[in-house]
Amino acid sequence: MNKLEHTDKDVVVTVNGKPRSENVPVRMTLADFLRHQLGLTGTHVGCEHGVCGACTVLVDGKAVRSCLMLAVQANSADVTTLEGLALDGEELTPLQQAFKDHHALQCGFCTGGMLMTLTEVLEDSPDPTEAEIRIAISGNLCRCTGYQGIVDAALAAAKILRDERRP
Amino acid sequence: MSAEASKIGKPMERLEDDALLLGLSRFVDDIDLPNMVEAAFVRSPHAHARVNGIETSAAADFEGVIAVLCLDDIRQLLTSDKLAVGLPSPAYRQKVDRPILADTEVTYVGEPVAVVLAISRGVAEDAAQLVDVAYEPLAAVADCRDALQAGSVTAHTSLPDNLVARFNMNFGDVDRVFNAAPHVLSESFWQHRGGSHSMECRGGVAVHDLQEDLLTFWSSTQTPLVAKEMLCNLLDRSADSVRVVAPDVGGGFGPKLVFYQEDIVLAVAALLTKRPVKWIEDRREHFVATTQERDQYWNVEVAANADGIILGVRGDLIHDHGAYTARGVNIPYGSSLSVILPYNIEAYALDIKLALTNKVPVTPVRGAGQPQGAFVIERLLDRVAEKCGLDRAEVRRRNLVRADQMPCEKPLKLRGGTTVKLDSGDYHKTLELALEKAGWDQFPDRQRAALSQGRYIGQGVATYVEGTGRGPFESVKVRVDPTGQINVYSGAAAMGQSTKSMLAQLVADQLGGDLKSINVTTGDSSKIEFGFGGFNSRQTVMAGSSAHAAAVKVREKATRLAAALFDVTHDQLEWNDGIISVSGSSNRTLSLGEAASNLKGLPGYSLPAGLAPGLEFTEEIVIDDMAYSYGAAVANVEIDIGTGEAKVTDFVIAHDCGRIINPMIVDGQVLGGVVHGISNTLFEKMGYDENAQPVTTNYGEYLLVTAAELPRIQIIHCETPSPLNELGVKGVGESGVIPCAPAIVSAIEDALSPFDVRVSQTPVSPIDIVGMIAEGRTAP
Repeated sequence: MNKLEHTDKDVVVTVNGKPRSENVPVRMTLADFLRHQLGLTGTHVGCEHGVCGACTVLVDGKAVRSCLMLAVQANSADVTTLEGLALDGEELTPLQQAFKDHHALQCGFCTGGMLMTLTEVLEDSPDPTEAEIRIAISGNLCRCTGYQGIVDAALAAAKILRDERRP
Repeated sequence: MSAEASKIGKPMERLEDDALLLGLSRFVDDIDLPNMVEAAFVRSPHAHARVNGIETSAAADFEGVIAVLCLDDIRQLLTSDKLAVGLPSPAYRQKVDRPILADTEVTYVGEPVAVVLAISRGVAEDAAQLVDVAYEPLAAVADCRDALQAGSVTAHTSLPDNLVARFNMNFGDVDRVFNAAPHVLSESFWQHRGGSHSMECRGGVAVHDLQEDLLTFWSSTQTPLVAKEMLCNLLDRSADSVRVVAPDVGGGFGPKLVFYQEDIVLAVAALLTKRPVKWIEDRREHFVATTQERDQYWNVEVAANADGIILGVRGDLIHDHGAYTARGVNIPYGSSLSVILPYNIEAYALDIKLALTNKVPVTPVRGAGQPQGAFVIERLLDRVAEKCGLDRAEVRRRNLVRADQMPCEKPLKLRGGTTVKLDSGDYHKTLELALEKAGWDQFPDRQRAALSQGRYIGQGVATYVEGTGRGPFESVKVRVDPTGQINVYSGAAAMGQSTKSMLAQLVADQLGGDLKSINVTTGDSSKIEFGFGGFNSRQTVMAGSSAHAAAVKVREKATRLAAALFDVTHDQLEWNDGIISVSGSSNRTLSLGEAASNLKGLPGYSLPAGLAPGLEFTEEIVIDDMAYSYGAAVANVEIDIGTGEAKVTDFVIAHDCGRIINPMIVDGQVLGGVVHGISNTLFEKMGYDENAQPVTTNYGEYLLVTAAELPRIQIIHCETPSPLNELGVKGVGESGVIPCAPAIVSAIEDALSPFDVRVSQTPVSPIDIVGMIAEGRTAP
């Protein structure tokens, strides 16, 4: 009767740089796997139908909705979550610091998804316009901030990252 | 005694940010306890049905299910099987409290009927499908206007009609004013607001500690102390045996102030199963089971003279109350007050009817009825401007309450009986600032130029007044430990508005040190006894005032102690970063920690200077009058007449929320409010069909504004202190949302002036706009 819950599969996945080998129910989403099996609760679940973007993580460097992906689909993938953004010895990434400086978060529930989306965006386009940032985060809903602080933070972080990359 | 520079009015880093940025915060779904079971609710799929039986055996037999509970299974643990939460009002005609689980009738889609408890959420949800409820569908009431028609179907079979409450707002001689007025214009408005849509849905974890007989309930709530009282009353438990904690809360916006059926069911389930029980609402449930702020229908008339001076407003309002009373009559109360707040109006009469419908109950969403009141008066002012051939801004100038009238008493009462008295401000100033920034006077030229290129742009203006700082009090305790740690405890509830940072900044202003050295606990009923929580833009006013007062007392006591220990007068002491020292003497210093240590006492020794023990004070500053924030907004829109898309291209808001504690946080509150208002006006509509079936239950069907549809919002701050509290502060959390609909709708009408359309509704969708153009009095 309760068959799905008992149909498990082994998954080997790298999460925030650490290899993990886990046995997961095949119907478990990547979001639930990260949150409840690995205890990485920085990934939040806001709508569970792929619109709000709160659950966004990076899978092989690409931003994905972890509520729309099964944990088993992440087999052999490289997953980065909010907890994996700041490198060893780094308190906050330039983007995280910019969020703080520009009041880009209030309740903070959407923040992880915003940071993951923008991390990919700033990687792909180091010198984005405001309009490009707005379009890039249009798949992430925020009810608190009115988005303006987030846009400002992203533009500020892009500049800092460009300056850092400059030889 | 010399004072350090004040910390008030400066942008300061938020205490909340680091944990949230690093994924170390603790929201309710992050709580994971050993042996925990998870709950799934069986909900009514019908808007109205008789319940002839509930068959739970298949679900109970499902592997992994711990229990399936219906009302009959939990009744024995409860002092009542209904949630009686309505704020008192003489307006009620019928008492419609929510059953904790459905008994013999369900009256809205989403109403909880039973709960399944299982080893995982997935199993609980699977098994919930197997609960077989014998529903006998009944006719449903979908439209609040139909609900009040004679002979209408009733939302509850036991009730004679759907008129749940009725009251009047009036002052002045309305008949005389209208009979004598040169102009009387009439209008009908439909206004709709949707749900709150905090990004975190509701949720709770209940656990009963058998050793201490302590029931702990972690809840994503705006009102933890109220929830505790509800649990004590419903379970007949002592105050010491129930603890409610609001952990990190992912947004509230109103509906999380309500105590819900799920809350008490989780507590009962934890008591019955002797295991921790968790329930996390999913988004679809949020659409059908979390309260909303839906429909209002207004029929109003305005009387004005030839100079555009408003003489009177009269009419009636029908308000959709939903199926039960989950808060009170406060939304339409706030709406009807808001109509007359910013302007001088001689006479007013409004007949307000609250109608039961077969929809989820209605309770406040950010703004709490005030946006609707503002919409009505602002739309009427636009009509008067047109009739009198005046500029829309000029009509507002002529009618606004003037600075020399402050404080300005209005002949109406707040819900608790206190007279409405606008406390301070210069309403004309914010209007002029917003107009100037938006280029109001130059706009007609721009509009003509755009039109010659086939572009339809428009501009609209609206003013607003927000009642903030709902009393009577919010308690705050400030305690200094011998280690020097400063602890702040409050009944205030944090849900994103930086409440902890605000309290820390006010305490640091008195006691020195940086914010990070101050530990703030909000929303934990075990730390503070009395209070209410977060709603009605009240926490800076109420909790802020108490925090300030408590910190002042701590400072005074530490100063008295230092003066006694060093045998000097108070004016020979100075404070620096939490260290008190004798002026000009580097070795005679007393830290706050040392002061606390001194005041801890030693057995057999007197306390210094005859002081009472301890370095802690609890304050509950009582303020019954409300502090009125206010401002003005100008919206620019551009309309694609082919698709009907209205894009807000510019939005300026000039606002005054009294003295500002942290300008960065105030900006954030205003921005969030404005964008919520834009979303309400152009995107959000909670749809129901004619059988009261919800038809927008995901974010594909129900639209929230995203960053891509928004302009850069321009904010202008003014600061007129409130005379009602020592800090001079007013609330700001809901202000931004209030002027949006009237300003944007006025701009849409302005942009479509070539077609001579009338916009008498909010929200306004592209389909509506295309329809309005087609039906406009001038063909395209």
